[in-house]
Amino acid sequence: MSSRSIITQLTKGISRENPVFVLLLGLCPVLGVTSTAINGLGMGLATTFVLIMSNIVISLIKHLIPSKVRIPSFIVVIASFVTVVDLLMAGYLPALHEQLGLFIPLIVVNCIVLGRAESFASRNDLFPAFLDGVSMGIGFTYALVILGGIRELLGSYSLFGLKILEGDGLLVFVLAPGAFIALGFIIAFFEWRKSIATKAKKAA
Amino acid sequence: MELAEKPHLRYQKKNSYTKMAGPKSSFLNLILALGSVTLLSAFSLGYVYEWTLEPIATAKREKQLRAINAVVEFDNDPLAEAFSVLDGRRVEDDPNALVFYPAKKAGNIESYAVKTYSDQGYSGRIEVMVGLKLDGMIREVQILTHRETPGLGSKISAPEFLEQFVNKYPDKFNLKVTKDGGQVDGISGATISSRAVGEAVQVAYDQLQIIKENE
Amino acid sequence: MEYFAIIFGAIFINNIVLSRFLGICPFLGVSKSTSTAIGMGGAVLFVMTIATIVTYLIFQFLLVPFGITYLQTVAYILVIAFLVQVVEIVLKKISPELYRALGVFLPLITTNCAILGVAILVIQQDFNLLESVVFAIANAIGFTLAIVLFSSLREQLELAELPTAMKGVPAALVVAGILSMAFMGFSGMSF
Repeated sequence: MSSRSIITQLTKGISRENPVFVLLLGLCPVLGVTSTAINGLGMGLATTFVLIMSNIVISLIKHLIPSKVRIPSFIVVIASFVTVVDLLMAGYLPALHEQLGLFIPLIVVNCIVLGRAESFASRNDLFPAFLDGVSMGIGFTYALVILGGIRELLGSYSLFGLKILEGDGLLVFVLAPGAFIALGFIIAFFEWRKSIATKAKKAA
Repeated sequence: MELAEKPHLRYQKKNSYTKMAGPKSSFLNLILALGSVTLLSAFSLGYVYEWTLEPIATAKREKQLRAINAVVEFDNDPLAEAFSVLDGRRVEDDPNALVFYPAKKAGNIESYAVKTYSDQGYSGRIEVMVGLKLDGMIREVQILTHRETPGLGSKISAPEFLEQFVNKYPDKFNLKVTKDGGQVDGISGATISSRAVGEAVQVAYDQLQIIKENE
Repeated sequence: MEYFAIIFGAIFINNIVLSRFLGICPFLGVSKSTSTAIGMGGAVLFVMTIATIVTYLIFQFLLVPFGITYLQTVAYILVIAFLVQVVEIVLKKISPELYRALGVFLPLITTNCAILGVAILVIQQDFNLLESVVFAIANAIGFTLAIVLFSSLREQLELAELPTAMKGVPAALVVAGILSMAFMGFSGMSF
């Protein structure tokens, strides 16, 4: 594998194939835990760990699993790593664990994780599968931090817990409706950028 | 990563993906594969569970101690001596009971940290930790958990609101909000949440009086 | 009265989609027309109720007695995946008509986090079996209500003139935000 293709592999998750803003996958935690940038970062890293580990294990055992029980076996592998994250966070990061709550066990039904296991890790060798996990994880974390940051900035005039502006902020962005609205506008921004890029290509 | 780039992979021999993977799909193989994956996962999780048991217990303990430490001073282990009270009687493990943590200095009880609550919050239960001296004076009030509206009811956790309870005697300081004829300065836009905090503190005080009488 | 509080709370105050953010994928994915939205709602009602009962029993009579509650996530997701398969097979045999209506939605349900979410929530909130069943049904109704309301709004949205970048999902998300705002009016109601 050339170093160039490694780089393309790694960056695809951030822009071209961003799991959240472009592929629209795993939106439940994206909306549910992003009231602050810190929460977004924590959730993103937890999901990244699960993505990388399950991608590695699945690419290793792919030849041992008969196709009919492929999906259930993958789900068990993923669920195990989710439980590992759950236990480790409860022990070492109790405050964050409490904030993320229900959304940690729900990583198991995050379409990104099972989607990558099924469509990538089960068809590729260890190294590309690992890279794919890293890339998708980074893309997911990036999306969560962006959305969390925007909501925190508008909703409480602070970023990563630091007060940026005086005052209470636009409450709605901390609450449930703000999550939907902020995500809507971010996706619109990505669409708009894409349309400009295609226009530029056509002109050239 | 196009599949065509990887001719050495097994599944390339056949075009259809579903027909490739590994062993035959006999019933025995299915059970064997899924069973061993599950067993392996269960055993390794058991190991991780054992390993994290202690850190999780420590984290829980530290969290409780921190909450107690915020409202009283002590040199004993209040968690070991804690007891639950419901309607003036000591009970075992009742979700509706208040928890009393005796705070001792040199072996004498000086005050209690009381984990109290009110179900009259805007969105359900508000849990409050109150530090009460034996003569009934409120030392400190801290909000433990609540689900009030962020930006409105959530301000009950702010020091500006909680300061007004410090060093007050509930027999002289009326714990109702000013709107209801009491002396608690409610948060504007969050009277219900403010009222609930006052109520939780009042309950803790009342229960402490009954306990003291009985002893 | 307590059951009424559970039902009202699950449908309106803490709506599973609009306030708890569970089941967003089908909420956005199958809400383009009202009839498919109703179909999805029906499938969720069916699976959510059965899954909650089965996982509740497994938790109380298998995981708790053996002290292996840390296997909750693994056990639950396996049971749900298995259940969806069984429901599909049984439905095909018993009621081909119902199968025709709900069948296409069933495979999507395994990865619907609302199912697993409700199964975990009833344990977290210490519900008994009957309360759990009521909670599951109410949440399924809440899901159906949200997705049906949303789909009829989206049908209207098709006719609106929008900037190209806002068309489709972005506009739908903003509409969902406004719908969620409307549901916030229920918060603070208590019984």
